[in-house]
Amino acid sequence: MGNVLTIILQRLLLGVLTLLIVSVVIFTAVNLLPGDFAQNILGQGATPDAVASIRRDLGLDQPPITRYFDWLGGVLRGDLGTSFAQANFASFTGTDSGATTVAAQIAPRFANTMFLAMVTAAIAVPFSIILGILAALYRNTVFDRATNIFTLSSISSPEFFLAYILILFLAVLNPIFPSLSNIFEGMAFSERLEKSMLPALTLTLVVTAHMMRMTRAAIINLLASPYIEMARLKGLSPMRVIVKHALPNALAPIINVIALNLAYLITGVVVVEVVFVYPGIGQLFVDSVKIRDIPVVQACCLIFAAAYILLNLTADILSILSNPRLRHPK
Amino acid sequence: MSDETPLVKMRGVKLEGRSDETWNLIINGVDLTLARGEVLGLIGESGAGKSTLGLAAMGYTRDGVRISEGTVEFDGIDLLTASAATKRELLGKRIAYVAQSAAASFNPAHKLMDQHVEGPVQHGVMGRGESEADGIELYRKLRLPNPEEIGFRYPHQVSGGQLQRAMTAMAMSCRPDLIIFDEPTTALDVTTQIEVLASIRDIVEQFNTAAIYITHDLAVVAQMADRIKVLLKGDEVETADTRTMLAAPTQDYTKSLWAVRSFERPRKPDVITGSTPVVSVQNVDAAYGKVPVLYDVSFDMHAGRTVAVVGESGSGKSTTARCITGLLPPTAGQIMLDGEVLPPDYRKRSKDQLRQVQMIYQMADTALNPRMSIGQIIARPVQFYLGLTGGAKRKRVDALLEQIELEPTEYYNRLPSELSGGQKQRIGIARALAAEPKFIICDEVTSALDQLVAEGILRLLAKLQDDLSLTYMFITHDLATVKAISDEVVVMKDGRVVEQGPKDDMFKPPHHAYTDLLLSSVPEMDPDWLTNLLAERGVDNIGDAAVDKM
Repeated sequence: MGNVLTIILQRLLLGVLTLLIVSVVIFTAVNLLPGDFAQNILGQGATPDAVASIRRDLGLDQPPITRYFDWLGGVLRGDLGTSFAQANFASFTGTDSGATTVAAQIAPRFANTMFLAMVTAAIAVPFSIILGILAALYRNTVFDRATNIFTLSSISSPEFFLAYILILFLAVLNPIFPSLSNIFEGMAFSERLEKSMLPALTLTLVVTAHMMRMTRAAIINLLASPYIEMARLKGLSPMRVIVKHALPNALAPIINVIALNLAYLITGVVVVEVVFVYPGIGQLFVDSVKIRDIPVVQACCLIFAAAYILLNLTADILSILSNPRLRHPK
Repeated sequence: MSDETPLVKMRGVKLEGRSDETWNLIINGVDLTLARGEVLGLIGESGAGKSTLGLAAMGYTRDGVRISEGTVEFDGIDLLTASAATKRELLGKRIAYVAQSAAASFNPAHKLMDQHVEGPVQHGVMGRGESEADGIELYRKLRLPNPEEIGFRYPHQVSGGQLQRAMTAMAMSCRPDLIIFDEPTTALDVTTQIEVLASIRDIVEQFNTAAIYITHDLAVVAQMADRIKVLLKGDEVETADTRTMLAAPTQDYTKSLWAVRSFERPRKPDVITGSTPVVSVQNVDAAYGKVPVLYDVSFDMHAGRTVAVVGESGSGKSTTARCITGLLPPTAGQIMLDGEVLPPDYRKRSKDQLRQVQMIYQMADTALNPRMSIGQIIARPVQFYLGLTGGAKRKRVDALLEQIELEPTEYYNRLPSELSGGQKQRIGIARALAAEPKFIICDEVTSALDQLVAEGILRLLAKLQDDLSLTYMFITHDLATVKAISDEVVVMKDGRVVEQGPKDDMFKPPHHAYTDLLLSSVPEMDPDWLTNLLAERGVDNIGDAAVDKM
């Protein structure tokens, strides 16, 4: 096991290093955005004095290196900074609701996104794997072809299109689920689940094809191996040959594709959020980019990057663990 | 279900394999009858269709193969018309299979015991507990070390010879009436092979199981089978009782198979003392990473002679070759070429030094670039080392093709995939010759080939050596090859040279105990050889057990 632990530690360190590099990229990229918050908020009537004063207040007059390390230091202490927009709003109204920090802005939205991602994963992952196994079992039959056509058409259609189709069939013609997913804090779990159902189903349609096809391909790839022939010659049923003998050896590529799709669910669902008015992190991100609320944009980017890195790390580790040679060295 | 019905009855079986949308005949109407408890040896070159026929006896065909004509009956059941469910009921339970490579045929994801009990449990023959206990009993009968514990390991934690026996145990798990053994010892070292052969023979006798034993090794089949059937390119050549077949083969092809082992080169005059060896390996140590693999290896190779380096897999033969070629710089010691020290790393060697040392590989299949034509493959070293271009290059390539006895106009533009195994190996030889080297390393060049083809390659190498006064380092684990071609022999074990000297001394006693073990482990054509050997050594002192005692 020592062997595996070393590998995991190595990967973790590598993950942290990647995140550090990504933080530089994020900071540089965000600072390359044309215009800044001060110009944006003052609009047409911006006098150089007013712009300079706001920039001074927000620390935008500091050189980029200083700002980067201030930001990084804050992040390491768990302080993602203060939202420009909220701080500005608070200073106008003279109230301080305590919601001006980036963390307070992002936290509820991120929780919502995670909730939707988990609901989707709970549906999509088992669905895709079972579909992939069945497609491998009945390969080159009508079932296999129908499954391929269905998943490929759903991945090829734009997300909003799928969303509207689902709304049409599951909310308008047959009112099973609500078409608006405006969930809020304090909502009961069952109600939350019900409201998230349509966005979750839409996302399921989007991510299924990738996972299902990888499951099918990874299994079929192994069917010519001598140990599969051996399993067949032992008189085992085709289902058992695939589930018990092929699947355990096909796990590594499947796990990797699942991780990529889960990361997508966390980071790339803006369109679905907009269609269903779901208060997730994607909308917040887009809004913040629009008004150049740099601390929020940076924090969102960092969270997205961390999600990708963490999920891929988990996938790597699980792939390693799925290999008995590494789990049980000689 | 009377005892008169043969267990297996195949009549006029034709098998076809598909390639490029057309079906080609693999087996051309073979009859096969097997009585209960009988062991039939199926012998022939690779590509003769032995394995395909063996699998057809189970009513099974691989993808891209079909039974186009004939009947296959198992105990009166027609396997070709039986439903998939009926066949599944028979497979594993009454008909079992032992594959060539146990390492590839055990599922890497499950422990041996889990795979062992799967058959009995799924077929409802035994419960899991009972089957596990039976498995341990079978492991003990097959003389596996730690029978109580070995089943709870994963396949990669068990050695090849042990896996092969565990697979035989798995085949026995439902006490089948028939086992198909598909080259079960081909991938094993000679000393390990004996152990597996003895175990298989014992257990088949003990349970009176019928078996079809597929192999290309006559001496092996002579130990195992009651009757032998010889196949050639999909046709049956002859079938006879083992002793009759060995004593008096009637067909020319069978006789030629028997004759292969007779090739032997005449003895060369002794090396003049004091002459400089072409290549001298001096006190070489080498390691892969931190794992040492060679310890103080020294031997000389003189001009125009063949030095055979023998030993089992893992003994360091190929590693020594890698040190000589500079692919693996030694950690200590040095390699001399014509009395000059070679730089340890091939990147530091001059073009001329590189030219002098060439290599021919075991797997001609993978050693030739599949996308290059034969002409291009041979032309590359011609251009690289000799700087020839245009017409001169073409002329040289043609001359090389003639030297390896392939017609230049016919082969120049072909791709490796259009050649047979023996022809590919000839291309490998031509490529090595193209550099006009002094010294060629032949790494198991005949072990992937059939006996007749292998003999052709050995004769060609011998002729080239005489014509071009080449020096060969011949890596092999096959002592028959050593006998045929070598002048000197170096025996390696666990990264050390245990014995070296002229061939004649090597094959004459007294020799080192390990050399003795290797020599006596090579199966002989005498059907009583295994029995006698076991009686001599004792069942507990064969194979790995005997090696470990040294």
